[in-house]
Amino acid sequence: MAIDMAQFHQVFFEESFEGLDAMESGLLNLDMGDVNVDDINTIFRAAHSIKGGSGTFGFTAVSDFTHVMETLLDEMRDGRRKVTQTAVNVLLGSVDCLREMLQAIKDGDTIDPAAVGAHKQALDQELAHPGQATAAIASASSSTMTQQPRPPAVDNDQPAVIGWTIAFSPHLDLLKTGNEPVRMFRELATLGELTSTVDLQGLPDLFDLDPEECHLSWKLVLNGAVSPDAIDEVFAWVEGECDLARMPIHGEHPAAPPAMTIPAQDAPRPPLPASIPSDGKDAKKDDTKASGKASNSIRVDTSKIDTLINMVGELVITQSMLSLIGDRFEVNKLDQLKNGLSQLERHTRELQESVMNIRMLPISFVFSRFPRLAHDLSSKLGKKVELKLVGEHTEVDKTVVELLSDPLVHLVRNSLDHGIEMPDIRSAVGKPETGTVTLDAYHRGGNIVIEVRDDGKGLDKDKLRAKAIEKGLIEPDAVLSDKQTYELIFMPGFSTAEALTDISGRGVGMDVVRRNIQALGGNIDIASELGKGSTIAIHLPLTLAILDGQSIAVGDETYIVPLGAIIESINITDDRVNRVAGKGETFLLRGEYLPIIRMHDIFNVASAKAKRLTEGLLVVVEGQGLRCGLFVDDLLGQQQVVIKSLEANYRRIEGVSGATILGDGSVALILDIPGLMRLAHQ
Amino acid sequence: MGGFLADAERFVIASESARMTAQNTTDQQAGQYLTFELAGEAYGVEILKVREIRGWEPVRKMPNTPRFVKGALNLRGAIVPIIDLRERFNMEAAPYTPTTVVIVISVETGASGPVVMGIVADAVSDVLDIEPNALRDAPNLGSKINTRYMRGMYVGKHQMVMLLDVDKLLNPEEFVDLDSLSTGQP
Repeated sequence: MAIDMAQFHQVFFEESFEGLDAMESGLLNLDMGDVNVDDINTIFRAAHSIKGGSGTFGFTAVSDFTHVMETLLDEMRDGRRKVTQTAVNVLLGSVDCLREMLQAIKDGDTIDPAAVGAHKQALDQELAHPGQATAAIASASSSTMTQQPRPPAVDNDQPAVIGWTIAFSPHLDLLKTGNEPVRMFRELATLGELTSTVDLQGLPDLFDLDPEECHLSWKLVLNGAVSPDAIDEVFAWVEGECDLARMPIHGEHPAAPPAMTIPAQDAPRPPLPASIPSDGKDAKKDDTKASGKASNSIRVDTSKIDTLINMVGELVITQSMLSLIGDRFEVNKLDQLKNGLSQLERHTRELQESVMNIRMLPISFVFSRFPRLAHDLSSKLGKKVELKLVGEHTEVDKTVVELLSDPLVHLVRNSLDHGIEMPDIRSAVGKPETGTVTLDAYHRGGNIVIEVRDDGKGLDKDKLRAKAIEKGLIEPDAVLSDKQTYELIFMPGFSTAEALTDISGRGVGMDVVRRNIQALGGNIDIASELGKGSTIAIHLPLTLAILDGQSIAVGDETYIVPLGAIIESINITDDRVNRVAGKGETFLLRGEYLPIIRMHDIFNVASAKAKRLTEGLLVVVEGQGLRCGLFVDDLLGQQQVVIKSLEANYRRIEGVSGATILGDGSVALILDIPGLMRLAHQ
Repeated sequence: MGGFLADAERFVIASESARMTAQNTTDQQAGQYLTFELAGEAYGVEILKVREIRGWEPVRKMPNTPRFVKGALNLRGAIVPIIDLRERFNMEAAPYTPTTVVIVISVETGASGPVVMGIVADAVSDVLDIEPNALRDAPNLGSKINTRYMRGMYVGKHQMVMLLDVDKLLNPEEFVDLDSLSTGQP
């Protein structure tokens, strides 16, 4: 095939994973008592597009597997099968299995046939449930994985269908849409014995023949108890591009061909055309290639792009207006010029905002995985839990979204495992049996706040304290505030779970959570009330690309200190300075000895104006729990800066976390406080 | 921090250098070299590596970097380090004049992908078409410049041009070696 399919793989995988997510959430939302057909339709559509896509790309293992799922879903959709919890669980398992298969294909790994087989078996068993046998089973059994023979399809209202006659007359344009009748016939031939008769009547004279048009029509006879759906599916791609009529051949039909006695299922599967397996192999090869240069793509709301285009349009208009003024400038046009410039400024700022906005994703990208987690965990723990998601549309930077997911999983697991009590305990203390865990996201100032709330048993301060003393984390006589007591759970090696479960309780979780959040520039708070529940709030900056900075001057150099790291700035008086061992200097601030880092020394700035401590300023900063004072010439101003990487074109410089561009176009380095402290130690 | 912004910038650079390497493979017949002057001697770099030439302008010093890294420049939003080749080759430093230029070069570093750097030269001279068979091996005369940074030498009618291998010469990883040898400071 001339078209390189690999270029579409990325999109296929993205869409498939999205489809799987949709299936998963759809399945979790199914209400056993009152099933909404729309919900099942949504799930079915997702499965169907995965099947279609994987078939197109030659991932036969995936399409075969999805086909079985689809059959089951189809029966649910038509109301022929009841939606049961077991069926939903089997389907959820299959969704996981499919996800693994797709991931394996994406990464160029081999699919584990045992795992797939097990899931397929489970699906088949669910399908074969007694009393539920329908015509659709036949098509399901055409899969290669299960060998057990199945009864031919029986429809109670009608005599058994033992074959079909199909009149297929494609329109002239069929070939132009990339459809190939021969392929469809091959597909049909896998369902049963196929006899085809071609009708050449429509064929024009050779001189009039346009080879891109299809003038043929066929009469097909398919022997075997094939479900109508299976046939429709083969022709699904050409719907609307052909005239199609299918007539069932019933058992006592006089015209039934003799071959009818052999059910399709027992007939050996016709060998697949050689091109298909090789296609599959090629696709696989391309795949590995594609994964090597894995690109990081982002899906953007079209409305955001429209806004962007509008902004650029405005910008262009302003620009042409300005150049018009510039061409023939007179002094009386000064007002116009000023106007234009302020417009330009406004548009540029808006443009910057909307470009930044493109990186913003709704937090639902993270939240959406939690209903499944809660569903699985609560059934495993025997608890009744309702998970509420609030503020799913709150938008956060893509990087934050990606890094937020693991810490949140920890927190939700903890709430389910440690927070929510067993149903009997809950009813004993007068709470509803079903516990509630709420994930709430909202903006506050320049931050996003994500809260994990539960109405469980809350944190027991005495227990926490006893545990911490037992583990030797605090002194027995230590005086701790409530907040400090709660924060004990963030200490490494701290776990209050009586029994270690595989869900949580190994005591490695919370300290990692806090570290991850701090690495993102955020912090984490706990509030709790014994018996009522606890709330863990994560505060994160909206974006990692912009930083609130304080410019400082050291000689001719300008550096940016992250505003969040600055505690205060003070004048230095000589009597508060101590020189330790002749070299290190400390400054006494409210009983604390702060090491002084002389910026001009550490960065070799010869032009520094302040050489004596009393001439400059001390900027007290904090990084990774340590404090120190930076000795600088002067403070300049506060501004938001866009963080640029130094590593992109150079390499890391100790003490510098990045660079930014100041209003005058010059570069300023952004200081990395912990790095500076390390540098000063050397 | 800020690494993801760099990704987008890198992409632009990467696509450009991909175009360049694609051209490189086909230009075995004749290579074009931009020649420039450095302390009276002529040097050349492959023209496909050159992204732009601009006048010298003050740069922001970067702390704790080798002496020859003059600092960082804002090149349309990307932070580009500027290397003084005189100092890189341990030549006598010269004051920057109005003819002093910065040649912005796309460097293929291998491990860390393509990077963009600027080199300070006394002046740009010419663009030369050089047949590959006119290239000679760089003479190892114990010269100021290590031959591993040379692609070769071209002897024309009027001049002799040393052709630099910028991928090696401007690789940030290489700065470590050279530096610990010459100045001994980190």
